[in-house]
Order: sequence, then structure tokens, then C-alpha cells
Amino acid sequence: MSEWWTYTLSDFLLFSPKTYDRLIQLYNLAIWPAQAVAAAAGVAIIALLASAIPYRERIACTLLALAWLWIAWAFLWQRYAEINWAAPWLAAAFAVQALLLVVLGGGLALPRGGREVAFAIAVIAFCVGAYPLLAPLSQRGWPTAEMFGVLPDPTAIATIALLAAGRARLRWVLLLIPLLVCAVGALTLWAMDDWRALVVALGAAFALVPSWRRLNPPAGSSP
Amino acid sequence: MHDRSLPAPGRRAFLQRTVAGASAALVPVFARAQSAPLTRNVPKTGEAMPAVGLGSWITFNVGSDPVARSACADVMRAFVDAGGRMIDSSPMYGSSQDVIGDGLRRAGLTQRVFAADKVWTSSGAQGRAQIEQSRRKWQVARFDLVQVHNLLAWREHLPTLYAMKAAGEIRYVGITTSEGRRHRDVEDLLRREPLDFVQVSYNPADREVEERILPLARDRGVAVIVNRPFRERALLQSLAGQALPGWSADIACTTWAQVVLKFIVAHPAVTCVIPATTRVDHVRENLAAAREPLPDAALRQRIVAAVERA
Repeated sequence: MSEWWTYTLSDFLLFSPKTYDRLIQLYNLAIWPAQAVAAAAGVAIIALLASAIPYRERIACTLLALAWLWIAWAFLWQRYAEINWAAPWLAAAFAVQALLLVVLGGGLALPRGGREVAFAIAVIAFCVGAYPLLAPLSQRGWPTAEMFGVLPDPTAIATIALLAAGRARLRWVLLLIPLLVCAVGALTLWAMDDWRALVVALGAAFALVPSWRRLNPPAGSSP
Repeated sequence: MHDRSLPAPGRRAFLQRTVAGASAALVPVFARAQSAPLTRNVPKTGEAMPAVGLGSWITFNVGSDPVARSACADVMRAFVDAGGRMIDSSPMYGSSQDVIGDGLRRAGLTQRVFAADKVWTSSGAQGRAQIEQSRRKWQVARFDLVQVHNLLAWREHLPTLYAMKAAGEIRYVGITTSEGRRHRDVEDLLRREPLDFVQVSYNPADREVEERILPLARDRGVAVIVNRPFRERALLQSLAGQALPGWSADIACTTWAQVVLKFIVAHPAVTCVIPATTRVDHVRENLAAAREPLPDAALRQRIVAAVERA
């Protein structure tokens, strides 16, 4: 790309906000009641985090992997790719993330209880229960609500929250794509002058806090 | 009496029918003459081109949404009904080519438009295949014009386009740039290559092309297509707070959009400006700007001053 410094964010936006909203609206209508199933999966992940059952990391990450795979196929590949020629690349990234969650998720070493888990539960609960409200709050109406498990941004934020609660170093490998997805999502919304860009960016940063705090433990604290 | 009275009404009726028939035959001609937009000749061939065309960046990228596709078809129908011809797109514009092809076919307008598209791939080897894929999406027998999008891999694509033109597979060859990028390269190509069209950004706020590119295109007999006339609405949004000046009536403008379009069309090097829209009323308003009177040099300066104040 020559004269790259002359490009602005809006130069990369191929569609209008109206078209984007219609895409989500038609997608939501087409996949119903998948949203209810996805929300149930979100509640199940919260329950797993709060529990002490064996293999809870593996089960939670498998549920998330199914969501990532669904979004890759049903939203990014089949629908979003119609208006954004970069969407197939994003779909590939989602499929890779699903694979990583299945293969590496079991070794996440989630603590049992504690502040990290409580923090993750709070963020995931926000993604499942509150994030869909952003659509009506921004005068878009319920049909354009973005729900956990079926659309990228709330799913990526919830995934970051779960991974950031883990103690294993491999969490950073698993966090890479969700953080990238949030960056792309926030920039897309920002280019459309949509304040939800701030929710995505701040939500991702907020969800990451437990991981960040463990990288920089307060002086005198034990590892 | 009955017999005498018959011929008179008969003659009157005959005359009335004759006059009415002649009027009916003539009115559409006058109406067409009245409503036909201004045309500019493509310098290389003399082909008449309505001075306002239709762009498709963002506006026609609506995917498979049937409601939005139908609205796009309505826009194209209104565009052609108002005398428009050139529709411009690119493989870069998402689903726009599919939407154009679908809308033109549904409205039965495929044969009536000047189909302008682009080649947009960094691979010279894939250029021809991409153009063929684009042609199938448009559902046209051939493109009238194929342009190298933003000069991407122009060294590879221009020979392909010249060969296609020589073989009758396309009619014209062009290059494009936008937002003032790579103007030195554009100048260089205008001097060296046998181009038919060049596409650049131009409006009262972005006038860099006035200095060298527009005069050069005119000297070299290259038709000029103008993109981003409204800076993707930003220009009109900045003007929205200003009341339309009194002098806008002198050039028969009722909106700022028409003022901007007339400013562009009035430049003697410009062949066609391609505003994009999703609205039928806007496409009619845009085509109505391709009418006399156009602003003279003094009035064009006043338009620039008004835009700079905004």
C-alpha cells in the first residue's frame, strides 16, 4: 500500500452502518433460537467457573470453542463475507482459535474461587446478559442485538475474561486472537462513529486485568 | 342539417385528433430534450456521456439483503430514467458488483448503461480472470471501461487491458486514484500511456488536480471521471449549517449537492462525476445538476469560498 500515511480508518470501511445493522438483524432472525442456546452455554460457563468439578477448564473451553466455530461459519463465512472481503480471513482466525481452545484449554489452570474467578464471572455475565442491551440503548432496536456465542465482540470479550483468569502461561497464546478480534471489532465500530467501539475496547482491556495484575504483582506479594 | 352538420364535427375531430396526435408524438421529444442531462464527449471517440454518473462505493455493498437490493435497483432505474448512463464499481467494493448486476437485470437496464469497472489485484496473472469474474457479476456482455484500481500493479494490468481493448473485449482503458494519492504517477502515466480515461477525486475542497492533472488530461485527450464529489458526505455535512446562497438560484441549484456537482461538471476537462447514493430522490437531484446553466469562473470561485468558510 503506497502512501499509507494518507489512509484513515474510514478508508477501510466497505459498508454503511445501516448495512451492518441489517446484516446482524437478518442473521439474528435466521439463526433463532441459536441465541438462546448460546446464552445457556454462557450460563453454563459461569457455573463451571464457580464450581470445583474436574475438567471444568476443558469443558468451558470446549463450549467456547463451539461458539467460535459457529461464528466462523454461520456469521463470518456465510454472511459477513458478503460485504467484507476480509471476513474469510477473520473466519479462519476464529477456526484456529476454536482449535486452540480445544487443544490447549484443558491446561489453563483456573483457580478455584478467588478474585480472578469472580472477576471473570462478572465479565462473562456482562457479555451474556448486558451486552445485547447495547443495541436498544443505541437506538438500534432488539433485532440488531449482539449476543454472546453468536457474534464476535461479546464472545471475544467473554473468552478473554475466562482465559485471563487462568494461571498457566499458555493463556497468552490463547489470548492473542481474542484480543486481535476485539481490536478489529472496536476499530470497525469506531469507523462507523459507533460509541460501542469504546465498550469493546474497554471491555477487552478490563477483562484482561487479572492476567495483567499477575504479570506485575504488587511489591511484597507472593507469586 | 344532419348531413351538413356531420362534416364539421368530423373535420374538427379529425383536426383535434391530428393535433393531439402530433402533440403526443412531439411532447415526449421535447420532454426528453428538456430533461436529458448535459453530456460531455469522450475525447478519444466523441461518444456522448451524460455528465453525472453513479458510483457504488459503500452504497451498493448491501450483501444479499433483499430489501436493500430492491432499493439499489430502484436507484439504478431512476438513474437511467433520468438520462444517466455511467455506473462505476470495483471488485474491491464487496457485493456491489453482484448488486448492480442483479438490479440491472431485474430492471431490464443491462444494455442501457455504460459499465465501468476496475481490476484490483496485485497479481498481473490474475487480472484477466478477475475481470471475467466481475463481468459475470455485472451480467453484461462486456465492460465499456476497465480501469486499474488505485494504480495497483498497473505495469502488469495495462498491457492486459490494451490487449482486451484490441480484441474488442472492452471498449476503453483507464486508471484510477482517489483522495489525492499518487498524483505524480498519474501524471506520468497520462504522459506515457495511451489511456482513454483517468479517474480522480475532485470537488470544491479538493482541487489539487486542477493544477496539473486536469489540464494534462485535456491536452492528452483523456476523459476524466470524478470520484468522491462529496468526500463521502463529509463535505455536505460541513455545508449543512450554511443557508444556500442567493447566487445558487442563478445556476438553478436547490441544494448544496447540486452546487458541488455543478462546480465539478463546469470544469472543461471533466467528463463525468460519479456520486454514490442509496436514495431515489438523491439520484434525481444529482442528475438534475447536469443541466445548464453552469457556474462561470467567477461563480466557481464563490463556491470555493463558500466551501472554505464551512
